[in-house]
Amino acid sequence: MNPSHDFGVWVAALLTLFVFSFLYKDNPLYKFAEHLFVGVSAGYYIVLNYWTVIDSNLIGPLRVAFGGAAGGPLHVQQGDYRALLLIPGLLGLLLFTRLFPRIDWISRWPLAVIIGVYAGLKTTGFAQGDLVAQVQASLQSFGLVELAHAFKASELAHTSSATWQAIGHSCDVVLFTAGLLTSLLYFYYSREHKGALGVSSRLGIWFLMVSFGAAYGYTVMSRISLLIGRFQFLIEDWLRIR
Amino acid sequence: MNLAFLEKLDRRWLFLVLGILVLGPLLHPIGLPVFPSEPVRQFHDAIAHVPDGSRILMPCDYDPGSRPELVPMNKTALRQLFRKHCRVVILNLWPGGSLLTDQTLESVAQEFRASGHPLVYGVDYVDLGYKSGNEAVMVLMGQGIAATFPRDMRGNVTADLPLMREISNYSSFPLLVNISAGTPGTKEWVQQVNSRFHLPMVSGCTAVSAPEYYPYLQAGQLRGLLGGMAGAAEYEKLCGEKGSATQGMDGQSLAHVFIAVCIVLGNVIQWSKRTGARS
Repeated sequence: MNPSHDFGVWVAALLTLFVFSFLYKDNPLYKFAEHLFVGVSAGYYIVLNYWTVIDSNLIGPLRVAFGGAAGGPLHVQQGDYRALLLIPGLLGLLLFTRLFPRIDWISRWPLAVIIGVYAGLKTTGFAQGDLVAQVQASLQSFGLVELAHAFKASELAHTSSATWQAIGHSCDVVLFTAGLLTSLLYFYYSREHKGALGVSSRLGIWFLMVSFGAAYGYTVMSRISLLIGRFQFLIEDWLRIR
Repeated sequence: MNLAFLEKLDRRWLFLVLGILVLGPLLHPIGLPVFPSEPVRQFHDAIAHVPDGSRILMPCDYDPGSRPELVPMNKTALRQLFRKHCRVVILNLWPGGSLLTDQTLESVAQEFRASGHPLVYGVDYVDLGYKSGNEAVMVLMGQGIAATFPRDMRGNVTADLPLMREISNYSSFPLLVNISAGTPGTKEWVQQVNSRFHLPMVSGCTAVSAPEYYPYLQAGQLRGLLGGMAGAAEYEKLCGEKGSATQGMDGQSLAHVFIAVCIVLGNVIQWSKRTGARS
């Protein structure tokens, strides 16, 4: 064992152990690590956003537009509308009117712009990326023609891998379609789940349960990965056992 | 056999057993086998089929919270791309991740330099850094990448970098390789870029978000998918590497078996209690 001589590694390792101590019970060391994390993150994000957004996308271009290097704000070339950045800059400042109760209603204007832009982006993105593409992908061929061809071919050579592949594909599609329809029927509440609808919706629950199980398994894998990552850090970077 | 005592078992014993099961194989590896799955093969093949020397856009949307899952697959993907002499442009939409992704990129570039392949910043790879705005950034990049990121992670004027002079917008790339920890991430890149700009893409993501992305894979919107540490380990195997994901898989497998046993035991106890109460 050859522990690290890096001060930063020691701080990270001790903070990791402080957080792990919560597994035994809540304690001041855990609280210290938690508060430190929140404070440092907030400060870091503010500085980062200032330099990567406000400085590079607003102050920098405005400095060029009004600094005379580009010939002044009215001397624009085609496609160069940097002076217009004053508008988003002003809207951004108006967000801070929330701090003054008498004029806090003004902050709703920039908020309305933000919500409007993101609602538009999200809606069109969802329609193109999820709704249309996913419905399209749900309409799958059962591959009966391919299956018939494969069976015909397998008369010559008793068992062919193409036959099994075609059978496998058809089974996949049948399972997929059954899962899709029965899961959808489970969420149909305009009629009592009795008879054929009852059977279908119960089958739908089974499909949903399988998907929840898979999601749970993946979640476990994610959380265990975090633990592995911390142990790898303690072993390799801090204690340098390996 | 009376398992009633398990009902009152202090859960800290479970934490201890889980910790030992994860830590043990890290100190003394077992070497359980790893078998690459079809989505992982597709991810590998999508990169393999890109022409040598292509420009690749790699949004790395994660922060240190997803480091154990995503950094190994990010490094392996970068190595596969650099071996094909591809030129990589990375960016980050997660505020806490830009330093980590820059460090990851630089460590792989350093490996290549040490093995006699002189990769030059600005020519072979560029880090555009972080930009807030999520979907708005993605849409803006479709109009011009240098305009969206006026300066790179290291403070250079983006438009002056030799690699960026060859790049205008998404049409400059044959493939988008997204490494994603959540939102914004693969879902948003599919919705805003793959669907609108028809840029083919593959994704490496955290395990917890993988089930959400399988429909995109099935629909052909994603050309390949790496799900969590298991996906990263399978990808390492395909690329002939033995990185930290592969090393972590022994502990991962044992932990999963233990949790499965706990679930079964819990159900047996509940079932025996119920049948006991009925009788």
